[in-house]
Amino acid sequence: MALLQISEPGQSPQPHQRRQAVGIDLGTTNSLVASVRSGMAETLPDEQGRHLLPSVVHYASQGPSCVGNEAAEHNISDPLNTILSVKRLLGRGLEDVKMLGNQLPYDFQTDQGGMPKIATACGLVSPIQVSAEILRKLVSRAEVSLGGALDGAVITVPAYFDEAQRQATKDAATLAGVKVLRLLNEPTAAAIAYGLDNEKEGVIAVYDLGGGTFDVSILRLSRGVFEVLATGGDSALGGDDFDHAIAEWLRQQVGMSESLNPTEQRILLETAKAAKEELTDSESVEIEILDWSGVLSRDVMDTLIDDLLNKTIRACRRSLRDAEIAVDKIDTVVLVGGSTRTLRVRDKVAEFFGVEPLTNLDPDRVVALGAALQAEVLIGNKSGDEMLLLDVIPLSLGIETMGGLIEKIIHRNTTIPVAKAQEFTTFKDGQTAMAVHILQGERELVDDCRSLARFELRGIPPMVAGAAKIRVTYQVDADGLLSVTARELTSNVESRIEVKPSYGLAEDEITQMLQDSFSHARDDMQARVLREQQVDADRMIQDLLAALKEDGDKLLNTEEIQCLQVAVKELQKIRVETTEHRVLARQIEAVGKTSETFAARRMDASIKSALAGHSLDEIEQG
Amino acid sequence: MWLRRELSRLTCALLVKNSQSDGPLNFSSDFFAVFSISPSWDVDIDDLGVRYRKLQQEFHPDRYATKSDTEKRVAVQAASFINQAFDTLKSPLKRAQYLLTLEDIDIDQETHITSDTGFLMRQIELRETLSEISNKENYWQNIETLRADVESTYYELQAEFKHQYESELFDDAFNAVAKMQFFTKLLLEIGQLEAELEDA
Repeated sequence: MALLQISEPGQSPQPHQRRQAVGIDLGTTNSLVASVRSGMAETLPDEQGRHLLPSVVHYASQGPSCVGNEAAEHNISDPLNTILSVKRLLGRGLEDVKMLGNQLPYDFQTDQGGMPKIATACGLVSPIQVSAEILRKLVSRAEVSLGGALDGAVITVPAYFDEAQRQATKDAATLAGVKVLRLLNEPTAAAIAYGLDNEKEGVIAVYDLGGGTFDVSILRLSRGVFEVLATGGDSALGGDDFDHAIAEWLRQQVGMSESLNPTEQRILLETAKAAKEELTDSESVEIEILDWSGVLSRDVMDTLIDDLLNKTIRACRRSLRDAEIAVDKIDTVVLVGGSTRTLRVRDKVAEFFGVEPLTNLDPDRVVALGAALQAEVLIGNKSGDEMLLLDVIPLSLGIETMGGLIEKIIHRNTTIPVAKAQEFTTFKDGQTAMAVHILQGERELVDDCRSLARFELRGIPPMVAGAAKIRVTYQVDADGLLSVTARELTSNVESRIEVKPSYGLAEDEITQMLQDSFSHARDDMQARVLREQQVDADRMIQDLLAALKEDGDKLLNTEEIQCLQVAVKELQKIRVETTEHRVLARQIEAVGKTSETFAARRMDASIKSALAGHSLDEIEQG
Repeated sequence: MWLRRELSRLTCALLVKNSQSDGPLNFSSDFFAVFSISPSWDVDIDDLGVRYRKLQQEFHPDRYATKSDTEKRVAVQAASFINQAFDTLKSPLKRAQYLLTLEDIDIDQETHITSDTGFLMRQIELRETLSEISNKENYWQNIETLRADVESTYYELQAEFKHQYESELFDDAFNAVAKMQFFTKLLLEIGQLEAELEDA
């Protein structure tokens, strides 16, 4: 159903052909791509039949870089140029990266903007570029498998990712040329896969322990609506940390010094990881490193990882509190992420929730499967009437106030999308500018929270202190991304700010990278963009004319109608005449702006009539 | 040709400007009307949830994932508006405050409950109990007792508000809301204390 072309519920305005959409799980350790074929979601294998793509990129001094299994082969021989676990660096600042420094043996440098980059044989690369390489590989696998270009993708992120980390993920997709239909929280994706598979109703807890991140979400599922009640976790805690704890124990046993070279470090980690995996099936494992040999029992491993596990259980408890759900009201527990194969994890989770967790879907694949199901609905192949996701913002958003304190604007676990407005005034006579500093986190002090962005509102007309009225509106969209508008109400001075994370790429950097990567295929690219714009223009013209015919007289005055008609005519003309996609894009944008009021009034009228005339019985059955 | 294009651009720019003169898009319905119910203290939360989900089924931005940017933007705003309406009506405190706003009562004004000595004393007493809990034995039990105490007062205040609001004694209703605000905050702090003790 379109805003500009409102049709009867359940009826599509026009029949359309099937479009190609996939779900992508961009994981710390492994990544996957899945799609829905003949009504079933399935992950797509590569030519050798492998479904999991190791999230590893190798940058070679000569020849092209490679991704996945091939790249992983260079892990021990060329550790500095083999980038693993890059997800832990996405959207992070230099300080965070330094904290991970001991675990990740890369040569970190900063660019001019102070952003962390990794020095490789191919020069400096940002974590966003590395992630884009992985995405490209998955997209090309999907295109081969599905036999055509992709129309869009749902990409999953840990629910506990902050705004900067989400934005970085989206930037990576832009860089890889993927149209993002939605950033979907991983536990929510898992709940979709399980919920639709098992036709569950009731309250679900999703415990998602991946390689580098931990998430817990509490959801209520009723009549196809997945309502996230609360989410929590730790975006820097995962199975990798088990490996590190075991590796540290090994180092002490072997009697190696604390300052290891990168190769030694990798050997210890690989050994630790292999031991951990073997302990899923056996009670103890024999280990040989260098000239040392010994035994690691499951009991000893359990004591090594228990502190980490207790941290995850505390997060579960907090989420239940936020959701205002007692632990005995949980009907179903779902395990997600490769790290939940560790038996100790299953035991702890079962003990805490008092429910035996569901494991009938592969914990490595369940997120990608859920994402594919959601992609299928979003792209419009499936009438989406039966499924809807209502997700929440995982961390509170606030602004800096006097004395380095934070005033929360949007509290964590608020359902998104959400908008909040605030009014400020000037505190000095003649003050003409005002700075706003936006942060994310739960703590009281600015220094303890994540700085997202700063912006200035300039051109406030000089007035006596307290006379100006500045309204700042914070809008968080369904992806959890923030945009901010500020306006001085007496003079109508506006400044619109897309929040750029303090740790992301600037818009022009992305453009530059895109140009670099497409320079060899620029003409193709231009033609493709133009074609896309033409399709958009056609749809816009058609929708607007239909909407004007139906509701124009009811909702607009003569002048407004005339203005819209002029704008549409102009668009029709440019659509036919121009071969410059930028020119067409500008006119589409202009018409979009002009029709915004109309669209809003139609939406408003439609909200008013949506429930009118329906009895409650009808609504409940709906 | 050029002139015509410029003219159309200017007229449109003006229209856009006018339409935006009071900030982001406005949805004119009051929060109760969004759900097709009339303003009242009594709200059936289950029924409200059903209506809420029905609305989001239609207006959530996910329904517009393949539409134009304008439509997506409007859908984000509409869904935000519906979320705000639901969030306001399902919370007793926010609903009470909103009902007063609909009666043109400024809920940010100075309160007069500071002259209500009985309430002041009770406020101080409860705060002391809360701050001393973690120093004493049996704190789980003490927290439960305190919570039960605070919750029952909170329900009494809600009943008080309902009566005053329905009798159109809006000044008194406003005082009840100010007290409810204190108790909501106290309940939140009890929850935080519990979380701290659990994590310790």
